[in-house]
Amino acid sequence: MTKIAIINGKLADPAGDALTSGTVLIEGDRIVATGAVDVPTDAQTIDAQGLVVAPGLIDLGVFATDKPAFHFGGITRAALMPDQRAPLDEVGLIREATRAGKPDFWVHPIAAATRGLKGTEMAEMGLMQMAGAKAVGTGRQWIADSGVMLRVLAYASGLGLTLIAHAEDGGLSAKAVATSGETATRLGLPHAPACAEAMAIARDLMLVRQTGAAIHFRLVTTKAGFDLIRAAKAEGLKVSCGISPAYLYLNDQAVTDFRTFARLSPPLRDERDRQACLAAVADGTVDVITSSHDPRGPEDKRLPFADASPGMAGAETLLALSLNLVRDGQLSINRLMTLLSANPAKILGVDAGSFASGSAADLIFIDPDAPWIVDSGKMAAAAGNTPFDRLPVQGRARRIMKGGLFL
Amino acid sequence: MPDIFIPDATPELTGRALFPHRHLLSIADLKPWEIRFLLDEAEHWAATNKGQARKHDGRLAGMTQINAFFENSTRTLLSFEIAGKRLGADVVNMAAATSSLKKGETLIDTAMTLNAMAADVIVIRHASSGAVRLIADKVDCPVLNAGDGWHQHPTQALLDALTIRRRKGSFEGLVVAICGDVLHSRVARSNMLCLAALGAQVRAVAPPTLLPPEVEMLGATPYTRMDEGLEGADVVMMLRLQNERMDGAFIPSAREYHALYGLTPERLAIAKPDALVMHPGPMNRGVEITSTVADHPDRSAITEQVAMGVAVRMACLDVLTRSARAVEGWA
Repeated sequence: MTKIAIINGKLADPAGDALTSGTVLIEGDRIVATGAVDVPTDAQTIDAQGLVVAPGLIDLGVFATDKPAFHFGGITRAALMPDQRAPLDEVGLIREATRAGKPDFWVHPIAAATRGLKGTEMAEMGLMQMAGAKAVGTGRQWIADSGVMLRVLAYASGLGLTLIAHAEDGGLSAKAVATSGETATRLGLPHAPACAEAMAIARDLMLVRQTGAAIHFRLVTTKAGFDLIRAAKAEGLKVSCGISPAYLYLNDQAVTDFRTFARLSPPLRDERDRQACLAAVADGTVDVITSSHDPRGPEDKRLPFADASPGMAGAETLLALSLNLVRDGQLSINRLMTLLSANPAKILGVDAGSFASGSAADLIFIDPDAPWIVDSGKMAAAAGNTPFDRLPVQGRARRIMKGGLFL
Repeated sequence: MPDIFIPDATPELTGRALFPHRHLLSIADLKPWEIRFLLDEAEHWAATNKGQARKHDGRLAGMTQINAFFENSTRTLLSFEIAGKRLGADVVNMAAATSSLKKGETLIDTAMTLNAMAADVIVIRHASSGAVRLIADKVDCPVLNAGDGWHQHPTQALLDALTIRRRKGSFEGLVVAICGDVLHSRVARSNMLCLAALGAQVRAVAPPTLLPPEVEMLGATPYTRMDEGLEGADVVMMLRLQNERMDGAFIPSAREYHALYGLTPERLAIAKPDALVMHPGPMNRGVEITSTVADHPDRSAITEQVAMGVAVRMACLDVLTRSARAVEGWA
């Protein structure tokens, strides 16, 4: 079996609390040892030249298998949302999705919890799990019927699958494209109050308490939502939550002038909630940072605001924007790697996102200070719909290893 | 009310500096003196429209005006058509029902098509907020917003301001109550910004379900009880309640709305004795307004609003095409 030793790297071990110098030893597609290890004589030596060596990012909740963008962003695996043209609600579609990126990118599909994501009948979660689904999800919508939600949680729990939920009360947010507030009023946009999120979370947490199921709220974006999740974690419920960088660095004013690249789901929140998002990352409430990558071309975005599709191309900017949190002293780079890699792996139940022996040899070399400018016109992604166009950022993935092989 | 507007100082300006905008998309883009400039220009047309039998003025002769209405309209379309024709422009109407949008063409493609036909001014109405700005960014000629979704209807606000100014003289200290479905109303949004910028005290009077959040930021004080909102008002501006909002979604019924928010003679008596009654039309008689009030010979300014509409639109068409017509000082 091929042996590779990565030397001269600064290791960002999610399990650690600071960068350490050391060696990563790889055999085949697995990590076998990390730290102060002797390099075997038959191992090929790779010099990381002082770059940060970290587990490849695992992006929990993306909408497209957009390999060039993921590779640009140092993402080696992604959990694909069931919201596809044909919702991922049957075995064949799941099987197809798992094969889409191989060998140099792995897709872990999230199976639709209900047929057609309609929130009425349960989909074949067990069979889809056997076909490769690593979680089940409600998609970008809310299961309005609490009875259905209760049974979905209970059934998924029996299979050992986490339910990935969208936290927006559908009755409030049905036709809304913005958060209630000054900007929505000025622009005359259909809007829903930010409490739509906490309402959805509150109900789902009741059902989690009832069933003992594990739930992951893919994007939580409000203070009220985080307050509920903090309390639920303290109580010991199996709850986790994620966020994407847009909610950390933009507020609802970003949609001024009807900028459809800033039309997201859930919609951008007010400044007070944005500050609460940063606080929730810093205090450990947030478990996952995801790009929520959703490349959309002009046919979906060059439309009147309310008619445009929600979503942003986020894979390329995920790492650089998240590194701001480290530079600003909100968290250590190790903790960041926990949010970007270790925790998503744990939620999906895959052996990755870690330097532990036996973990997948998915690694990236990061130059954390490399400056570059986000340019929506020159992106690797299938479309350049980023609300961060022209923003100077720092941090690039320089090399990617997937399953023991460098790309 | 927060102090968000520019102080009421009129700089000494001439030519293009009086109105340095390529398009007219939103009242929010205009300074108070720019609004007053358009009103002064419209005043001139109001006089000629009324005074003489032959109203034709040839200044836009040879220019093409396209009225692209992606949402049904009778009066606004007619008003823009008459305004264009009185100025001598070749006016072409494109109605949604006959447009290729029905065949799936995107808004941007339609905009490119209109642009390729070398229009000199395009008037657009669309059901989606922001749609007119989207088109304006893609064409080479001035664009006039004739209403986009819930967002803006600037010429309506200008014609309302002109009507008020002609009846009341000035806006200083004037109490204007804008009543009804403020949430879904582009007329209300444009009027709140316009009247507040001109110095009026604006009130937004609506059932709580039809009042947009943070309406104060647009310069209006919110009221949810009609009687309180009308107290001491100099102008009562009623808004149309769309049929689809009447059936329990936002208010329980049309008759309850009439009982609580309809402008009846009794309710009008709460306002000042000489309070002016306005409505952008078309009216739901017996719902938001009773016929007695709507047809009141002294108090109702509703038909005058229609007349001012033509004058304001003539002024806007004239001013926006001055650069293309190489009018001295506007090149």
